[in-house]
Amino acid sequence: MRKYLHVINIGIQSNLAYRFNYLTRTLFSFIPLFAMLSLWRTVYASGDSAREHSGYTETQILFYYLLVAVVDVLTAVNEDDWQIAADIREGNISQFLLKPVDYLTYRLSLFVAGRLAYVAMASLPLVLFLWCFRSNVAAPASLAAALAFPLSLVMTALLQFFLSYAMAMLAFWLLEISTFIFILFAFEYLASGHMFPLDMLPPGLQRVLAFTPFPYQMYFPVSVYMGRAAGAELVQGLVMQFAWVVAAYGFARFMWYRGIKKYAAFGG
Amino acid sequence: MNWRRYLTIYAALWKNSVAREMSFKGNFLLWIVVELCWFGLQLSFVGVIFRETGAVGTWSQWEMVLLVGASNFIQQIYQAFFLVNCTNLSELIRTGKMDFLLLLPVNTRFIVSLRQVDLGAFINALFGLCVMLYAAGKLHLQPTAGQITGFGALCLVGILIHYSLMFMLAAIGFWTVRAQGIVYGYYNLFNVARMPDEAFHGAFKAMFTFALPVLLVSNVPVRLLADKIVSPVAWISLLALGVIWAVISEWFWRISVRRYTSASS
Repeated sequence: MRKYLHVINIGIQSNLAYRFNYLTRTLFSFIPLFAMLSLWRTVYASGDSAREHSGYTETQILFYYLLVAVVDVLTAVNEDDWQIAADIREGNISQFLLKPVDYLTYRLSLFVAGRLAYVAMASLPLVLFLWCFRSNVAAPASLAAALAFPLSLVMTALLQFFLSYAMAMLAFWLLEISTFIFILFAFEYLASGHMFPLDMLPPGLQRVLAFTPFPYQMYFPVSVYMGRAAGAELVQGLVMQFAWVVAAYGFARFMWYRGIKKYAAFGG
Repeated sequence: MNWRRYLTIYAALWKNSVAREMSFKGNFLLWIVVELCWFGLQLSFVGVIFRETGAVGTWSQWEMVLLVGASNFIQQIYQAFFLVNCTNLSELIRTGKMDFLLLLPVNTRFIVSLRQVDLGAFINALFGLCVMLYAAGKLHLQPTAGQITGFGALCLVGILIHYSLMFMLAAIGFWTVRAQGIVYGYYNLFNVARMPDEAFHGAFKAMFTFALPVLLVSNVPVRLLADKIVSPVAWISLLALGVIWAVISEWFWRISVRRYTSASS
């Protein structure tokens, strides 16, 4: 365990070297976020609320996007998948096969370190941004929501990481995997609720999405906080999320196991 | 400038790009799919918004689809000619490969800006055009030849503005090694470009109308095409800023390239 704490420590230090990058990226990301908020304000100002299906008030929909931004800063996979793919392609993983270090745990430690460094740089501008929209910011919907939110946040981060890790394992078989990463990312962007709340979709589509891990990558923790998933639905959601985390972990391990076999055969 | 000579050079660059793309056919097709996925995502967003409301300001659903289609068209044409070259510039500076380009007996900005052509982007631009035609059909638009010409000309100005701004950002690479992040930051502005101008007010609107006019780049041509009111302030601002940013970008390029100090020991 101690060695992985050490990895986290080194990871934070090397990540802080990119603090200027993190800061500019955060500031730039406020532009489309602000545009999105303005767009929804205009949608609600247009008045025509007769066609309202989803039951979000203007304040709630703005808060939804603000929460998405917060969850994204806390849990998104940054460049981990690219780095893992590069490690495989360039043969850097050979050393991990010799050392008593588990590559998945090592990578998970670096992911945690990356998030900590990112949060350290992004939190001040993000809090300032939230402050500008403070009339839309609300406390967790209930005590249960306040307790379940951090839990589902951690599981969201793990789910994001394990899926990206499994995806990066494709580098064992393919030379160029960035297209696959971008296609998955596009699907996640829609199906996780990044672009709009999933309960705005037609009910049929919502039912299909409920069978995929995507809603648990963003939409679920946000609806926990906002109290849109409460009571039995909350408990059921947490259990489902946990199940997806375990499944994604198993899948990530499996992909590594298959990949290593192929890799060993290659290196001879 | 000797136009014929530059055309011959550009034809050779095209030939190179075709050869490069065709050596990775699978990848070439997959990149088209990637862009298509994101385009579909934007269209689905419009669909979702109009489940909630009947209009965004004065923009109806199919007018918004026209807007998203047009901004995709403009972005893809821009991408076809310039994007890769802009993002590559900071890498050329960092590795010292600029040496080679500076020594060529052609205008350096020409060769840096147009070295690679992204052929897949033309196909994605075509998809944008198809969506526009479909939306125009839904709106029962019958644009005159004048409207279509005006639309094309305004699109060209928009592409020029995207290019001038992004090339300037890329030229920051001569001053600091961290320019690449800034260049990718420009991508966020494409997200603003496909939103209806009426969604914005105050400082944000002023900033993206009179300074970085991305709010005008697709809105003004689409307004012209869809018979919506085009305020003279908007199109004069678009044309004026097209010229102003082109001049500033050329000036900044010249003072930046003077700072170039290779990378070899």
